[in-house]
Amino acid sequence: MTKPAQMTSHDATLADDTVSHEHHEHHIPKGLMRWVLTTNHKDIGTLYLWFAFIMFLVGGAMAMVIRAELFQPGLQIVEPNFFNQMTTVHGLIMVFGAVMPAFTGLANWLIPMMIGAPDMALPRMNNWSFWILPFAFAILLGSLFMEGGGPAFGWTFYAPLSTTYSNDSTALFVFSVHIMGISSIMGAINVIVTIFNMRAPGMTWMKMPLFVWTWLITAFLLIAVMPVLAGAVTMVLTDKFFGTSFFDAAGGGDPVMFQHIFWFFGHPEVYIMILPAFGIISQIIPTFARKPLFGYASMVYATASIALLSFIVWAHHMFTTGMPVYMEMFFMFATMLISVPTGVKVFNWVATMWRGSMSFEVPMLFALAFIVLFTIGGLSGLMLAITPVDFQYHDTYFVVAHFHYVLVTGAIFSIMAAVYYWVPKWTGRMFNITLAKWHFWCSLVSVNVLFFPMHFVGLAGMPRRIPDYSLQFADFNQWISIGGFAFGLSQLIFLTVVIQACRKQGEPVSDQVWDGAHGLEWEIPSPAPYHTFETPPVVK
Amino acid sequence: MKKLANIVLMVLGTLATTAAFSHAFAAQQATGDAATLNLRKGVTDISGQVYDLHMLMFTICVVIAVVVFGAMFISIYLHRRSRGATPATFHENVKVEIAWTVVPFLILIFMAFPAAQTLIAMEDTSEPDMTVLVTGSQWKWHYKYMDSDVSFYSLMATQREQISNRYEKGENYLLEVDRPLVIPTGQKVRFLITSDDVIHSWWVPDFAVKKDANPGFINEAWTKVNEPGLYRGQCAELCGKDHGFMPIVVIAKAPEDFAVWMGEQEKMQREAKAEEQRLLAMSMSMEELMSEGNKVYTATCAACHMPNGEGLKGAFPALKGSKLATEDMQGHIDIVVNGKTGTAMQAFGKMLSLRELAAVITYERNAWGNNTEELVQPKDVNAFIQGQ
Repeated sequence: MTKPAQMTSHDATLADDTVSHEHHEHHIPKGLMRWVLTTNHKDIGTLYLWFAFIMFLVGGAMAMVIRAELFQPGLQIVEPNFFNQMTTVHGLIMVFGAVMPAFTGLANWLIPMMIGAPDMALPRMNNWSFWILPFAFAILLGSLFMEGGGPAFGWTFYAPLSTTYSNDSTALFVFSVHIMGISSIMGAINVIVTIFNMRAPGMTWMKMPLFVWTWLITAFLLIAVMPVLAGAVTMVLTDKFFGTSFFDAAGGGDPVMFQHIFWFFGHPEVYIMILPAFGIISQIIPTFARKPLFGYASMVYATASIALLSFIVWAHHMFTTGMPVYMEMFFMFATMLISVPTGVKVFNWVATMWRGSMSFEVPMLFALAFIVLFTIGGLSGLMLAITPVDFQYHDTYFVVAHFHYVLVTGAIFSIMAAVYYWVPKWTGRMFNITLAKWHFWCSLVSVNVLFFPMHFVGLAGMPRRIPDYSLQFADFNQWISIGGFAFGLSQLIFLTVVIQACRKQGEPVSDQVWDGAHGLEWEIPSPAPYHTFETPPVVK
Repeated sequence: MKKLANIVLMVLGTLATTAAFSHAFAAQQATGDAATLNLRKGVTDISGQVYDLHMLMFTICVVIAVVVFGAMFISIYLHRRSRGATPATFHENVKVEIAWTVVPFLILIFMAFPAAQTLIAMEDTSEPDMTVLVTGSQWKWHYKYMDSDVSFYSLMATQREQISNRYEKGENYLLEVDRPLVIPTGQKVRFLITSDDVIHSWWVPDFAVKKDANPGFINEAWTKVNEPGLYRGQCAELCGKDHGFMPIVVIAKAPEDFAVWMGEQEKMQREAKAEEQRLLAMSMSMEELMSEGNKVYTATCAACHMPNGEGLKGAFPALKGSKLATEDMQGHIDIVVNGKTGTAMQAFGKMLSLRELAAVITYERNAWGNNTEELVQPKDVNAFIQGQ
C-alpha cells in the first residue's frame, strides 16, 4: 500500500509517459524482426501459442500415421521401426512442443494482465526462452531423417533400449531435450519473479486469480524437476557414448534406477501439464455461471497439495519392475491420496455452477466437457493406483485411454477453452461462433469415439506401443482409428477459427467481452493495447 | 430453438453411445467371448481376486461419476440463464468442504484394505513346488526348468507372410509360439524373470502375472493354475522393433500329464546332444546346410538383418556383400557365437545348436550373391568354440 504514494510523485510526468509510450509504439520493428527481437509479453505469448499450435498439428499428423497403421491387423503402411519412432516423437512433441509451450504462451499473455504488471519481469530472457524452442524441435524432427531414423524407444526412453540398443541419433534427442528443459526453466523463473515482484498494489496473494496461482505452483514444479530430466538424459548420453554404466548392470549400474530418476521428473511433469488447466477452468466456470468461484482458498490449498504429493508417487508408474512389497504399498496409498485434493477441485467447480445463472458460450462448453472427461480420466487413474489390478492394466491401452483423457480432453480442451475465452480480448473481435461450435461438437464426439474404446481393448489385453495386434482387437481398433481421423480433421476447423480471429474478422467486442467476466484483464481496452498497466492499477 | 437443438443432439449422442455399447455387450454374450470388453477372471485364485478388486473399483468409480455428473447436469438443467435463473452469491461453506474432503478419504481407506491383502498374496513367492527361469531377449522368450536339464527358446510361430498380408491371418495371429511353456496344474510355480538385453515384461493375463524382465537382475512371480488349458500372453514392455511380435503361450497340464511331457523333453534333450556328437564326425552337404540355414536365418536373424540380408541402414548392418560374411570366416563364426558387446548383436552360441550355427553361417556366406562357395561344418564351429 506504499506504492500508490510513490506513484503520485510521478503523476506530473504521466502525460509525458503517454506521449513517449505512443512514440515507442512507432518504433516496433516491422515484419520478421519484430518477432525475433520482441521482448513484449503479448508478442512472446502469441509466438508461444502459434508454435504450440504448429507442434500440435505435427504431433497430430504422427498420431494419424499411428492410427492408420492400426486401422487393420497386419503391417500395411509403416515398418515397426518407423512406427516406434512415430509413437516416441508423437509423445515428445505433444508434451514438450504442444501442451507446455501453449501454457507458457497463456502465462505470458495473461499473468501480467491479471496481476496488473506492465510486462514479464525478465523480458530478454523471455525472448530467449521462446526462441531456442524452434531449434530444439528442428533437431528432434531432423533426427527422423537420419540413417536408422530418430528416437524409437518411447517418450520415456527407458535404458538400456535408449543407450546400448539405440542408434546414433540419440545424441540429437538428448541435445534437443536439454534445450527444451532450459527453455522451460527460464519460462518458470520468469513466471515466479513476475508474480513475486510485479503484482499491482492491493493484489495480495489470496486475491490473485486462480490461473496465476496454479501457474506459480507449476513454475516451482518445473524448476524442481526439469534439472532431473536433464540429469537423466545426460546419463543416457554418457552411457551410450562415453562408456559409463549408470544403467548397465554389467558395469555396476541398474536399468531400474533410470525409471526412478525419469519418473521423479515424470510424475510432477504430468501435473505441470494439468495444474494450469485447473486454473483456466476456475476462471471460466464463474464467468458463465455468473457466480463467484466456490471455495477459492480450498482451491489454492488443493493445488498446492497436489503439487507436493506429486513428488512422492512416482513409482506407481513402475509397479511391475519388481519393487519390494512395502514400497508398492507406500506408492499405492500415496497415489490414492491425490484423488482427495483433485476431488475437492471437481466438487468446487460443480458447487460454483450450483444455483448460478448459466449460459453456454463456446469457452463454457469446453470447460464443461473438461470437467466430465477429465474426471473420467481421474477415475481411471484411481483404478490404476491399485497395485494388484495395475499389474493387469500396466502398459496396456487402458493406460493409453487414461492419459489421453487427462491430457487431450483435460489439458488440450482447457487450452482450447482458454483460447476461445481470451481471444476476443487479444484481437478485439468476437471469433466465428458458428464454426467454433462446430469445432466443439465434432471434437467432443470424435474424441470419445477415439479414446473410450481404448479402455475396452486395454482391459481385453492389448499392449500399448505395438504396430500390429491379434484379431480379437480388430473391430474396436477400426472405431478408434475412425475417431482419430475425425478428431484430427476437427482441429482444422479450430485452425480456421484462429486464423480468422488473427485477421481481425468478426464483430468488435466490449472491454469486458463476457458479461460475467471479472478481473483486471477485462478492464483494459479490447484489443489489449501493446503496452498495458504502465501505471499500476490499484486493486481494492 | 438453438438450445433445444443442442439438448436434442446431446440426448441423441448419449443414446447412440449407449446403444453401441449394449450392442457390443449383447454380441459378447451371444458369442460367449468374454475377452473383448472387460478384464478377464483368469484361471487362478489370485486372478479371480484381482478381477473382483477391479470390479469393486470400477463400481465405486461409476457411482462417484453418477453422483458428480448428476449434480452437474441437474445444475446445468435447472440453473440456466435461459430458464431465468438468478445467480446466488454464496462462495464457501466450511461444513460442506470438510465433508467432501473426509468422505473420499474414508472411501479410499475402504478400498485400501482388500487391495493390500491381494498385493501381499501376489508377492509371496515363498515355498514353490517348482521353479522356471524365464529370460527375455530381442524378441523371444527362453524357459529353463530349474529342477531338470530341460530348457528351450519359444519364438512366435505366426508366419511373416501373414503379418505382411500375403497370407490370410490365422485364428491365433501373433499369439502363437513354436514351443509353449508347460506347467503342472495345482502346483505353485515360481517364475524367475530376467533379460539378456533390454527390458521386457512377461505377461499372462489369465494368471494376473506381469513382471518386468530386467537385464542383470532377477524378478520373482508365481502362479498356481487351477484348470488345465492353454493360456496366451504378450511382452508388455517396449523392447525395440519387434516388441509386438514376442507372444507367450503357457500350457497347464494335470501333474501326471506334465510328468509324461517332462520325461519326453528330457529324452529329446539327450538325443539332441548325442546327435550333436555324431555330427562332429561327419560333414553335411551344401544343400542340407543351405536349406537348414535358410530356416534358422528366417527365424533368428531376419528380424534385424532383413530377409534380403540388407539390414536397416543406421540400425542393423547389411550381411549382403559385407566383409565379415564374404572374407573373414573366423570373424564371422566369432560374431555369431559370441555376439558383439555394446550392440544389439547377441551371442547365439548358447541359443543355437552346432548344426544350426554351421548351417546359418554357411547360408549367410552363400545367399544373396555372397557366393563364397565355402562350407562351415558343425565341427568347424565346435573347433572354434573349443579353441576359445
